[in-house]
Amino acid sequence: MKRRRPLLSINDNMRKTMYSRRAMLLGGAQLGVAGLLGARMAWISIAENEQWNLLSESNRVQLSLIPPRRGWIVDRQGQPIAMNRSDFRVDLIPDRLQEPDRIIAALTDLLELTEEDIARIRADLDEAAGYQPVQVADGLEWEQFAAVNVRLPDLPGVAPLQGFSRYYPAGPAVAHLVGYVGAPSREEYEETRDPILMVPGFKIGKDMLEKTMEEHLRGEPGARRAEVTARGELVRELETRPDVSGDVLRLTIDAGLQAYAARRLGPESGSVVVMDTQTGAILAMVSMPAYDPNSFSDGISHLEWNMLSEDDHVPLRNKTLQGLYPPGSTVKPMNALALLGENIDPEETITCSGRTRIAGGNFHCWRRGGHGAVNMNRAIAESCDIYFYQMGVRIGMQPFADTARNLGLGERFDGLPVPYQYFGTVPDPAWKLGRFGEEWQTYDTVNATIGQGYMLTNPLQLAVMSARLASGRNVQPHLIEGQTIPGAAGLNYSAEHLAIVRQGMSDVVNGRGTAGRARLPVEGVELAGKTGTAQVRRITMAERRSGVRSNASLPWELRDHGLFVCYAPTDNPRFAAAVVIEHGGGSGSAYPVARDVLTFLYDQDRAMEALERYEAGWGGDIATRMARQEAEYRARQRAAEAGTLTDPLELRESRDPETGE
Amino acid sequence: MSALNDSLVPEPLAQLPWRLIVLVLAISGFGLAILYSAAGGQLQPWALNQAIRFLLFFAMAIMLSRFREEHWKFFAFPLYGATLLGLLGVEIMGQVSGGSQRWLDLGFMRIQPSEIMKPVLILALAKFYDTLPSGELRRLVAIWPALLLIVLPAALVVIQPDLGTTVVLVAAGATVMFLAGLPLRLFIGGAVAIAAAVPLAFQFLLQPYQQNRVLTFLNPENDPLGTGYHITQSKIAIGSGGLFGKGYLNGTQSHLAYLPEGHTDFVFATMAEEFGLFGGLLLILGFALLIRWGIRVGQRAESTFSKLTAAGLATTIFFYFAINLMMVMGLAPVVGIPLPLVSYGGSAMLTVLICIGILMSIDRENRMRRR
Repeated sequence: MKRRRPLLSINDNMRKTMYSRRAMLLGGAQLGVAGLLGARMAWISIAENEQWNLLSESNRVQLSLIPPRRGWIVDRQGQPIAMNRSDFRVDLIPDRLQEPDRIIAALTDLLELTEEDIARIRADLDEAAGYQPVQVADGLEWEQFAAVNVRLPDLPGVAPLQGFSRYYPAGPAVAHLVGYVGAPSREEYEETRDPILMVPGFKIGKDMLEKTMEEHLRGEPGARRAEVTARGELVRELETRPDVSGDVLRLTIDAGLQAYAARRLGPESGSVVVMDTQTGAILAMVSMPAYDPNSFSDGISHLEWNMLSEDDHVPLRNKTLQGLYPPGSTVKPMNALALLGENIDPEETITCSGRTRIAGGNFHCWRRGGHGAVNMNRAIAESCDIYFYQMGVRIGMQPFADTARNLGLGERFDGLPVPYQYFGTVPDPAWKLGRFGEEWQTYDTVNATIGQGYMLTNPLQLAVMSARLASGRNVQPHLIEGQTIPGAAGLNYSAEHLAIVRQGMSDVVNGRGTAGRARLPVEGVELAGKTGTAQVRRITMAERRSGVRSNASLPWELRDHGLFVCYAPTDNPRFAAAVVIEHGGGSGSAYPVARDVLTFLYDQDRAMEALERYEAGWGGDIATRMARQEAEYRARQRAAEAGTLTDPLELRESRDPETGE
Repeated sequence: MSALNDSLVPEPLAQLPWRLIVLVLAISGFGLAILYSAAGGQLQPWALNQAIRFLLFFAMAIMLSRFREEHWKFFAFPLYGATLLGLLGVEIMGQVSGGSQRWLDLGFMRIQPSEIMKPVLILALAKFYDTLPSGELRRLVAIWPALLLIVLPAALVVIQPDLGTTVVLVAAGATVMFLAGLPLRLFIGGAVAIAAAVPLAFQFLLQPYQQNRVLTFLNPENDPLGTGYHITQSKIAIGSGGLFGKGYLNGTQSHLAYLPEGHTDFVFATMAEEFGLFGGLLLILGFALLIRWGIRVGQRAESTFSKLTAAGLATTIFFYFAINLMMVMGLAPVVGIPLPLVSYGGSAMLTVLICIGILMSIDRENRMRRR
């Protein structure tokens, strides 16, 4: 700091004055800062008071929701189909989880988790958003639950809960009727932003009635306001508003009949629908095999999932609504009604020689030798194909299609609270032109008259068709008790025509028809029905010449579907039913099921007796067979992982008899 | 000052500056009440310890007030040298043991040299300017030795790292230089230089956690659960207190542990939540009176040494107070400066009571001279 200009020399007096001035300045500045600090404080505590108060309250008070108890689902007599069980469970909250590996290891020790459980938990954790609880285990013993609670301070992110879990007493029998519940997904939360969906252990309906009737079943969550510390410790409860349970959902289903039908289907892949012919109330709607909704509601392991989705009997598909099948000969009573509407004389006969030539093509009757002279009654009762081919060609496709639609085929039933319905196809010339841009051909009509070709229906539609034929009314299927659906007015068919068709159906069972063994073993109750066999493969000319292969000699997935539609009693119809057995090899697989299911409605003991005989042959009831199937699958998986053979038969044979390895 | 020259009261007692003592007791007493509340309405673990510590240190301050000006003058440089060695010792020990620490263990007590350095630096600077003839004030020799006196301890403290103490040391030192009569433009230029250097210092001198604190201070809402948590919770405590607070022992922010450090650096927020703006203004008034007393002791003093020492020490107390309050009200980054006499902890209390003790001794000198 070199200076050219002369320095101002400072003496002691000047120095003192300067100090006084500067000290005053300093004191003033300090006072100013103090004033500013006071002003700042006043600003925060007065002007911004409201805002900070709010934050202080939201710090202090924690609002926690009490999940409402879900409404029960009961059958028409009040028997529980879905109920709640008190339950000890443990969840993980991903947000608060710090060392997942250590914590999962600790929980594995405490709760004896299997490797599958751990794999599922890890997969769920990867998928879960921060707020979404991941279930570790439920249905715990009190000792296990207490063991986790004691170690809670060392297990951040672990949430033990005492709550309710959904319980379906009939298990798989109602899986495709009521669906199941599960933890809400991220998408489901983001849709509504309802905070109750974030509460650990809270579950919502995931399929069928549990899903579609969610609002009815859910109830109102309760709330608890509590004072908590920053570490989340409870200081005291401030107030509690109790939850309101969901409403009971009463179904038209008969729980006993539903369970019986599920058991009676046995190892087959099939479905049974039973309806009230007068009201349209559905008494049973069964699709088997099925998953166990109890284990689905808990979250299932990968292995379970793989087993279910690899099964060729498709336990994950609700066949009553999602299964589409060619109706086969079950459409013949309906087609007869169409013929009567076109003034065909029911006594006119057609000669069936087993085959006929129409529009340059060869068409065969299912009976190679032919039926001889057939009128309408015989054509229905003995299911003569040639009769319907020739009559069909005479009146053309349109009357058949109109009658089919009037009786419920191709119809979507809007009154049903179901998340999906595959409603199939009723083909006619307009439909074909629109769908393929091709003209309707005579052979299309021929195929349609025996329910093959483009025609596809689901089992529910077949039951509705049967109910409408039996009652002559436009009944609408429904599942909720007390629900009235308009449209049960009379159908526009003459009683005389309906009587002819009904007699034909009665003769199928009680006359010399195709399903004599379907007769009900109940005094004074007669069953009327119609068999159907739906081909799933094309029979070549060469095969026809050398003899059509029997179903038993074919691989399972190439065998014909077996169908049966029916109603009872014949004199005053009350119950209508449809049974479809996938690849059952023909209608012979279907009508015994229908017979036993309808027997159950009149004589439960007799029906159970028959069932027990069957189950002994199948190797136990549903639960036993499912457990065995799972054990076999597990063994096969383990063998596959170990690099050995995957076929269970070979697996057995490859074992050393000495060591068992 | 001394109105109690009644013959009934012994002379040494009557000589004590009673108004100041009452003021200090009031501030500290208020502080103890707050610590009692911060512990959830219990003497343990803070209020009782703090009370014992205060009585001990306050007795020491009274003892310091018996020292004469020449004693302080004589010991100024040796004390400075010793404390600087202490700072160096802390740094070396930190390097050797591999972990940074701020205190020296003397066996019977732990001493933070950086705290002791605050009054000692003021004494050393005062001593330097006292020795400097008035005629030299506009020369280079009036600047560089003082700068050296400040920079040496400041450098040792900033690498500890203790940003708060560094700021107090540099600011109080600069205030003494200002009062000593250095040309004004030096300070204006210095302020401009500091303003220019701040971004560079931020980039190269500060530790990441310190940088974070500064960034958070500038924008606390960015990180409400991380480093911004302190400031936000403190403002919630102060703001929700309103005019008269939620009532003694009724603070929720502090009692439910939402306010971090509610008994140390953020004790003012604990107080404000329960006593509101009213309590805050009372405390600010108390400190304003304390600091004004210190400045006036300086103005009444005769020697340059006493003048500079008194104003410098008062300013040191001021910086503690001002930086702490700015911090808890979200006007300054969280630098870890306690509120003197109120926050729980021994080091800052020791420093402030040493300052008050020396101020009382200068005050005593002033009054004896006048008599």
